[in-house]
Amino acid sequence: MKLLAALRFRIATLFQRSQINAEMEEELRSHIQHRADDLALSGVDRGEAERLACIEFGGRERIREECHKALGGNFLDTLLQDVRFSFRMLRKSPSFTAAAVVTLALAIGANAVVFGVLDALILRPLNVPQVENLYGTQYGLDPGFQSYPNYLDLRDRNRSFDGLAAFNFVFVGLDTGKDPSTAMGFAATGNYFDVLRIHPYLGRFFHGSDEHGPNSAPFLVLSYAYWHSRFQDDRGAVGRVVQVSKHPFTIIGVAPPEFRGSLLFISPDFFMPIINQDQVNGENLLNARGTTHGVFEAIGHLKPGVTPEQAVADLNAVGAYLEKTYPKEFGQKSYTLGHAGLTSFDSAVREFVTGLMLLAGLILLAACANLGGLFAARAADRSREVALRLALGSSRKRILRQLLTEAVLISLLGGAAGLLGSVVLLRRLSTWQPFPGAPIHLPVRPDAKIYVVALVLALVSGLLFGIVPVRQVLRANPYEIVKAGLSARVGRRTTLRDVLLVVQIAICAVLVTSSMVAVRGLLRSLHGNFGFEPRNAMLAGANLAMAGYSAATVPAMQERMIHAMETIPGVEGVGLVNDYPPLIYGAGSRVNVFKEETRDLRPSNAAAMPYRYDVSPEYFYAAGTTLLAGRDFSWDDDKNAPPVAVVNREFAGKIFGSVSDTVGRYYKMQDGTRVQVVGVVEDGKYLSLTENQEPAIFLPFLRLPSSQAYLVVRSSRDPQQLAVAMRSKLRELDEGLPVDTSTWYSRLDVVLFPSLVATASLGVLGMMGAILSITGTFGMAAYSVTKRLRELGIRVALGAQRREVLQAALGRALKLLAFGSAAGLLLGMLASRVLAFIVYSATPRDPLVLAGVVLAMSLLGLLATWIPARRALSVDPLIMLREE
Amino acid sequence: MTDQAQLLPGTLDLLILRAVSLGPLHGYGILLRIGQISGNALFIEQGALYPGLFRLVRQGLLKANWGTSENNRRAKFYELTAAGRRRLREETDNCNRLVTAIASALSALPEEV
Repeated sequence: MKLLAALRFRIATLFQRSQINAEMEEELRSHIQHRADDLALSGVDRGEAERLACIEFGGRERIREECHKALGGNFLDTLLQDVRFSFRMLRKSPSFTAAAVVTLALAIGANAVVFGVLDALILRPLNVPQVENLYGTQYGLDPGFQSYPNYLDLRDRNRSFDGLAAFNFVFVGLDTGKDPSTAMGFAATGNYFDVLRIHPYLGRFFHGSDEHGPNSAPFLVLSYAYWHSRFQDDRGAVGRVVQVSKHPFTIIGVAPPEFRGSLLFISPDFFMPIINQDQVNGENLLNARGTTHGVFEAIGHLKPGVTPEQAVADLNAVGAYLEKTYPKEFGQKSYTLGHAGLTSFDSAVREFVTGLMLLAGLILLAACANLGGLFAARAADRSREVALRLALGSSRKRILRQLLTEAVLISLLGGAAGLLGSVVLLRRLSTWQPFPGAPIHLPVRPDAKIYVVALVLALVSGLLFGIVPVRQVLRANPYEIVKAGLSARVGRRTTLRDVLLVVQIAICAVLVTSSMVAVRGLLRSLHGNFGFEPRNAMLAGANLAMAGYSAATVPAMQERMIHAMETIPGVEGVGLVNDYPPLIYGAGSRVNVFKEETRDLRPSNAAAMPYRYDVSPEYFYAAGTTLLAGRDFSWDDDKNAPPVAVVNREFAGKIFGSVSDTVGRYYKMQDGTRVQVVGVVEDGKYLSLTENQEPAIFLPFLRLPSSQAYLVVRSSRDPQQLAVAMRSKLRELDEGLPVDTSTWYSRLDVVLFPSLVATASLGVLGMMGAILSITGTFGMAAYSVTKRLRELGIRVALGAQRREVLQAALGRALKLLAFGSAAGLLLGMLASRVLAFIVYSATPRDPLVLAGVVLAMSLLGLLATWIPARRALSVDPLIMLREE
Repeated sequence: MTDQAQLLPGTLDLLILRAVSLGPLHGYGILLRIGQISGNALFIEQGALYPGLFRLVRQGLLKANWGTSENNRRAKFYELTAAGRRRLREETDNCNRLVTAIASALSALPEEV
């Protein structure tokens, strides 16, 4: 009962606030009147009596507050009052409010987006049960590629994993009876779904018990998304037989919607048993131990109680066994473990996200410095108001509370604006497909976690800088300030505000510098020397296995394709390269190469591990690769001719010492074949733009046919027309052959992706830095002009020139700006060294970048001080001095 | 002024209850009554009375009604509730015990220890 009454009372006080206030006011006034009556009776005149009564009564403001407290329900009440008052104060200074809110919104937005990416890539791994101890094995430095027999040994001999599954990529032509198209899937081991502990949405999954030797399990499990888009959610799809690269496969099930494969970036269209991989690839590699194409990654849950370190030791023990047993096929490389989902990109992604977080943190820091400056300036402006309130008997606690309410309001407004922006951006990111046609996406989903992080960040940074003025309030001596008025203390010493501004400008200059370095680097890498000429080169990728060709019929067909391309008008040269050309999809294979005199051909004795490309005659001409010495291949370099090779300059230098000495010499392959070098070509980039110079060998493609190949067509014709002509020529050769055509240049997107993303993020952050430095400098300059308007008026009255007035008004702000920019530029150059790892040929020691940063910062300074300068110049001393 | 004693913390409420127990009073009247019954020996800041009054109303010990004062001014008159009367009795006993105890402690002579 008591509680209820108390509650009713509180609610009543809340709603009858104004009435209670009025009554309280009346009661206090009545008291003073009664006292004045008594005083007047004792002979004091009425006016004096009322004045005395007021003084005797004590600080009315304080008593009112205490009464409110005594009435209870005070917290909410005061809060409401504070919020209302804060809103009024903020409305009264819109420029301060706007600057603070924009600053916070930028910082919070940037951090929320980065957190969203972090959350998607690192905090929230694959969407499968017990993901925390699910690990992927990596083998050597290359992304986990190894052979299927090695995987089997790894699966059966390790003692750390609770089941080890593996998968590989397969690219197939999928024909459901109407419109055949290409699709990408995972070829997975029978235990794949069991190891991942997931259950089918429809039908069933395949299991270990379905595997009965090579090509014995022609089953397909569709991903939910593919079932949805290609089969329109038709439950009858399960049980149907479809043609996969011309081989009949039965659809046995559909995976659940939340399972999109065991890689974060890449969602497969379907899953098929890995033992049927050879069938759709037109190869015979399942039992080849030496290949690196059998398995992409092996994944599994660690057994309870097994640490990752123990598991790595265990895997390496198996590796040592494999090396001892198969010295020719198995080179000792060490195994490592990574969290499933990112595989070998794990560390790169982590570094990238860490870098992003660092930069976003810098933005937040700059924003905080900016806010600190703004709040400090505002507190100084309000010292008179605060002093007045203190003098009228308000408590310091109450004033602080009100200031904090204001800070929190600003941080909430800024945080909400930033969050809104970031959610929009994250939504866009999640539907973004960086490479058309490739099933690669960024799995970001804005959710509650992001909202909480943004809110906390906003509140913390808001409060942090809301309390900047606290010291000022606590120290304030009301009498001094009220007496001295507004123009007191034109500070000459270095204040906290100055330090904050320099820090902020420096951070912004770092960001501007880094973004310029990144943009320059990207531009340069677009025009760099790749060892081939991507301009005017068209690629046509075709997998003959998808159209049902066998190893025996592939070479003849490929030869026909090359000759067909040559008949297109305007075509200057046509070449063919097996698998993928350099710099496409970051794909490439390496082989062990031995010196001619080496007898013991174990992998550890290899003299080099060059990239290997199998190319047709005229490939070098079509690709634009310069032949430095010797000859190109001819159509006679086939299976029956002695083995020959063309090598790059790096290889020549590494194995034979010099280019001139190379042609005609021999080296040995892993299987002992002696290969004669007939030519040397220029160096190039093979896997990524940032790689160190690597050796490479080129072999005649007729010696080792592969159904997957790319045609390289050099022509200065319009790419679109050329592509149409190429496709129609190829269709003439085979109706059912899926071909994808694109310019070589456009396919570089994938290798340029890290640089592009880095440049884009740095560009955005650099822009933010620029905006922040504008608001910061503007705030400082505007404030210093306001503070010194009177002094400026006197200067003008005494005959100061415009230049002198400007110097007096803005000299300090500009000096701080220059100082901060210089510091930031230096720091930025240091930071840019880090950039060189991501962005090819990014160097801060670039006069253009230096000039650009200096120019940008001066422009920003000019922009930010323009309005305050106009104001300082328009000072009219007469009006100014009259006002005081 | 100098010979007025400061109030002990918590005693203002008791004094208010006591003053009001003699008949309904407005705030200024309570102040005068306290002065009268204490022989003007206590110093009370005038405004400080009101938070105490509001607190007592909230605790249900006092009730207040607007009325007209002897000066013909509108004023809020306070009077004791039943709970207020009970509280006054308890607090008076408590205070008496406390005062007696402190007085005897302060007047204790060495031989009595």
